[in-house]
Amino acid sequence: MSAEKQIPLPRPTPISQPYWDACKEGRLTVQRCKDCGAYTFIPQPCCGECLSEESEWVESCGRGTLYSFSTVYRPQQPVFETPYTVVIVELEEGYHMLSNLIGVEPEDVEIGTPLEVFFEEMSEEITLPYFRVRDAG
Amino acid sequence: MGPEAIEVAAEDRRIRCLFGLREGSGVLERTGLALEDRGVADPESFHGLANPPPRQGASGPDRCANIDRMRNPYDGVAIVGAYNTIQAKQLPNWTEQGLVLDAIRGALGDAGLTTDDVDGVNISSWVTRINSRTTAQWFGGRPMWTGVSSPGVEGVLEAAAAIQTGQAETVVIATAQCGEYTDRESTVSWTRPENEFVECWGLYTAAEFALMAQRHMHLYGTPRAALSEVAASIRSNGALNPDAIFYGRECSPAEVEASRMVADPFHLLDCCIASEGGAAMVLTTAERAKDLDCEPIFILGGGLDRQGMSYVTAPVWDRYGWVGRRAMKMTFEQSGLTHKDIDFAEFYDPFSFEIIRQLEAFGFCKEGEGADFVLEGRIRIDGDLPVVTNGGIMSYSHAGVAQLLQKPIAAVQQLRGQIVEDLRLHEPKVALATNGGSGALFCDVMALGKELA
Repeated sequence: MSAEKQIPLPRPTPISQPYWDACKEGRLTVQRCKDCGAYTFIPQPCCGECLSEESEWVESCGRGTLYSFSTVYRPQQPVFETPYTVVIVELEEGYHMLSNLIGVEPEDVEIGTPLEVFFEEMSEEITLPYFRVRDAG
Repeated sequence: MGPEAIEVAAEDRRIRCLFGLREGSGVLERTGLALEDRGVADPESFHGLANPPPRQGASGPDRCANIDRMRNPYDGVAIVGAYNTIQAKQLPNWTEQGLVLDAIRGALGDAGLTTDDVDGVNISSWVTRINSRTTAQWFGGRPMWTGVSSPGVEGVLEAAAAIQTGQAETVVIATAQCGEYTDRESTVSWTRPENEFVECWGLYTAAEFALMAQRHMHLYGTPRAALSEVAASIRSNGALNPDAIFYGRECSPAEVEASRMVADPFHLLDCCIASEGGAAMVLTTAERAKDLDCEPIFILGGGLDRQGMSYVTAPVWDRYGWVGRRAMKMTFEQSGLTHKDIDFAEFYDPFSFEIIRQLEAFGFCKEGEGADFVLEGRIRIDGDLPVVTNGGIMSYSHAGVAQLLQKPIAAVQQLRGQIVEDLRLHEPKVALATNGGSGALFCDVMALGKELA
């Protein structure tokens, strides 16, 4: 994935740093409210359900389904190799996240497909969580 | 306490609750409120359509639910000047300052007013960051009120509120964008996200909106042909508009589908253009407008629907797909209008799908039936709800932020008959203008008319 190493990489903030630290360890994490149990993604200073500031980072199972997608032919920047498929993944915990789907031909991408996370080290600081098709069962 | 006092007390609690957030957690306990108290959607009130589902962060307060019939809060205001500068893909010989000044002079001239009349401004630009405070100087220090809202539906409603409450009598809203496009290899700079959870996946505005469209097509079986029909309808209007950048560029549904793929399902001609230009609008009191040598256009109602930052979180259809519905509902409640009263709609048209979405979100048809609506030819210039009559941001111009103001301007010009005959509707009385769409997580709506309702 040498070409992809030049893509624009996340610049963590104090709020998101724990998330990126966990990615480096190969763990997908998400904020969960200690008061009401709701999941919040992307990281926020408070819970989107009850506004509590008491949240904790918990590990996500990293499994989900393909909620929506777009296969992109006109890249955001030339450094992105086309075509690439942007997806919204609905995690089993119920929250949604953006990522890329890897290893599926554009004509085979289908909403509802079971997916699982895998990690690619992009730099010393950043490891990105990509998704691939998960064998059912 | 009478009903009014109770309403005020409730509002006071709500505001304290919101401001209390900064003080830390536990605020809800201190105010004795649960989140539900911020407002409960009435599931039966909006023309048979359900309100946005109560997903986390999705619906929020529905202020209309407790109000039988509002009155038009802008009934003392008139739009008296509307003007677009030259528009082009690029304007290398212009500066934003020059465009803004040209727009202001044009709009004041249209209204028959001078700098002496202006006591309020909302003036901005994208690249060089012209702002209201500095431009108050351009008017020799005359303005006393300055607006801060984006120069579109939001800014027009803000200016109208300032006039209605006597903070200003005559307000100029102006904006422009040029000098932006230098990197042809990448998508337009302001369509590229910077957020750490978005940028690295290669997202940009077209892909964000495509994620919404794909989900809708999956849920409702929305056919590709409907997207093509929308793009062809709008681009065909622009082809007839001599002021449009794509003037003369007739477009069929087949041509839309034959254009290259950008971000599935959007082909190139499903997407709006990127261009440069300026625009301005002048508003004053309805009383003052009577003395002017121009045809005033009135604001009949309007509202905002803003669910968060654009291009930061995943554009999840089930949470944000119907954004704008609350703004439309507010507009109908204030104006007393219904769908049948709308003669044409200057809808935000960043991508073909957004027209289908707005028709459904606003209740012009049922959820999932927007495709049938457009495939019946109803949004064509000779249909029963012509949409984007000047060619919009797909064909007329998409000058960055100026396009926000160009939606109400398009409505004003069509209502006044100030458009080429081929695109002139037969005595239209009421129009809608909208800004923002699902991928951007905001959608503002206003109704404009030749007469106060």
